[in-house]
Amino acid sequence: MTNIWITVAVITGIATVLALLLTLADAFIADYGERRIKINKEKELVVEGGSTLLSSLVSNQLFIPSACGGKGSCGYCKCKVNSGGGPVLATELSYLSESDIKNNVRLSCQVKVKEDMEIEVPEELFNVKQFKAAVEISKDVTPKIKFLRLKITDGQEIKFKAGQYIQLIAPPYPGNQEEVYRAYSLASYTGNLSFIDLVIGYVEGGLLTTYVHKHLSVGDNVAFNGPYGDFYLQDTDAEVVLVAVGTGMAPILSILYELKNKGINRKATFFFGARTIDDLFMLEEMSMFERELPNFKFIPTLSKPQPEDNWQGEVGRVTDAMQKHLKADSNQEAYLCGSAPMINSTVEMLKKKGIPEDKIYYDKFD
Amino acid sequence: MPEINPFVIFFAAIFTSNMILSNFLGMCSFIAVSKEIKTSLGLGQAVTFVLTGTTVINYLIYHYLLVPFSLEYLRFIVFIITIAAFVQLVEMIVERYLPNLYYSLGIFLPLITVNCAILGVSLFMVIRSYSFVQSIAFGIGSGLGWTLAIVAMAGIRQKLKKAPIPKGLQGPGITLIITGLMALAFIGFSGIVRIQ
Repeated sequence: MTNIWITVAVITGIATVLALLLTLADAFIADYGERRIKINKEKELVVEGGSTLLSSLVSNQLFIPSACGGKGSCGYCKCKVNSGGGPVLATELSYLSESDIKNNVRLSCQVKVKEDMEIEVPEELFNVKQFKAAVEISKDVTPKIKFLRLKITDGQEIKFKAGQYIQLIAPPYPGNQEEVYRAYSLASYTGNLSFIDLVIGYVEGGLLTTYVHKHLSVGDNVAFNGPYGDFYLQDTDAEVVLVAVGTGMAPILSILYELKNKGINRKATFFFGARTIDDLFMLEEMSMFERELPNFKFIPTLSKPQPEDNWQGEVGRVTDAMQKHLKADSNQEAYLCGSAPMINSTVEMLKKKGIPEDKIYYDKFD
Repeated sequence: MPEINPFVIFFAAIFTSNMILSNFLGMCSFIAVSKEIKTSLGLGQAVTFVLTGTTVINYLIYHYLLVPFSLEYLRFIVFIITIAAFVQLVEMIVERYLPNLYYSLGIFLPLITVNCAILGVSLFMVIRSYSFVQSIAFGIGSGLGWTLAIVAMAGIRQKLKKAPIPKGLQGPGITLIITGLMALAFIGFSGIVRIQ
């Protein structure tokens, strides 16, 4: 019996001493005091030193995109650290290109705030906020795609550019134990500051899509942050070529609302790909756009039309329809949204048609 | 057991009883980090430092705490806790006060917590009943031996980048084969000294 007590006492004693040492070290040695982060030479944050740049910025409501949550495995949280970041760490190297390193680009989840820093982030990130909202509309537009309208309930307004995306946050729900967030493009008009529209497809086993399709109903509270992204309608007078498949229609809708509501009279053609007639959606909106926008044409194309659908329109992939209907013109801009294979083949085709690569903008789903 | 001169233990730990090449301990970071001479030298220094430090601490804990209470069988768990805490403490101190050292060496410290060469040295020290001075010599020697092996490997692997290696053997495969050849070469030292 005494033996047991001695064993427990010795192990406890050693563990206590070590725990005490580490706690003291954490409190005194790893205490970096207050540090200043100067952002884009204008804004200044005062933060508690010692934690990573990413978490310091996020806790000050500056939302740098990060898909992996700071584990250093996605490489999204890049920002320019002009001073105070120390040398590039071995853990960052695989995500930084040579020109990144030359330009002081770092992974903000790996850089720790130990001294005063000067950093640069894209200006639009200042617009990124965390929003609380409630589901106002939730309807199935196809058997696998839901349309969601989220009304912002915390009194804030969302300002974004047509084509940008937000990150929707799913709290833990039965079957998923941790909070997850995923990016979804905004489908609403940029002039609507009090609500957002999302178009969310169901993916078998997808954590967020399962949440939206199986657990979320009208009136529920949700949270999201945004807007993000450099995919948005450019301010030019070029002809607009819009290409999307499935839920990729979301940012295109926002772009079309932008054209209609702001009276922008640019020639626009929207190539939309789906499998069967059941997978087409927002058809009323499309015919509304065709009525309201004099130079707009909607060209849906089905890859697998069923005989009973009696489909009269285009058959094949979007690239087939584009091959047929798209007339090359030197003054064109293309906006694509969809899966990686669709984007890759469409970009190839557009380049062959003569649209320069820097006029092709896309938002690729993973 | 006859008293062995600490210097003999020191040299034996580097050449004839090399942690990697004759005991095959600490292979994980040996294979993962031996791509560049510079980084492997950094890791080697960190291993040497931690080995020496933990050997001293574990020696004291073992002989002044575990042996008096006849709790020798607890040495595994106690050594592991001490190593982990020591590494973390060192990491904090280096990060705070020696930033340059931290960037070259400190980021490897978390890798070492689970390096079995470190636990191996502490256990060998107990099994072979080394005295305090012998233990220190053994700790430093093992660390230097580990460094020698990983730096040599990194040198070879830097050359290998230009060599046409069959696809299936690239990376860890060829590294393990080279490790074997290096171990064979190190047998050549075995006539000099021998410790068990």
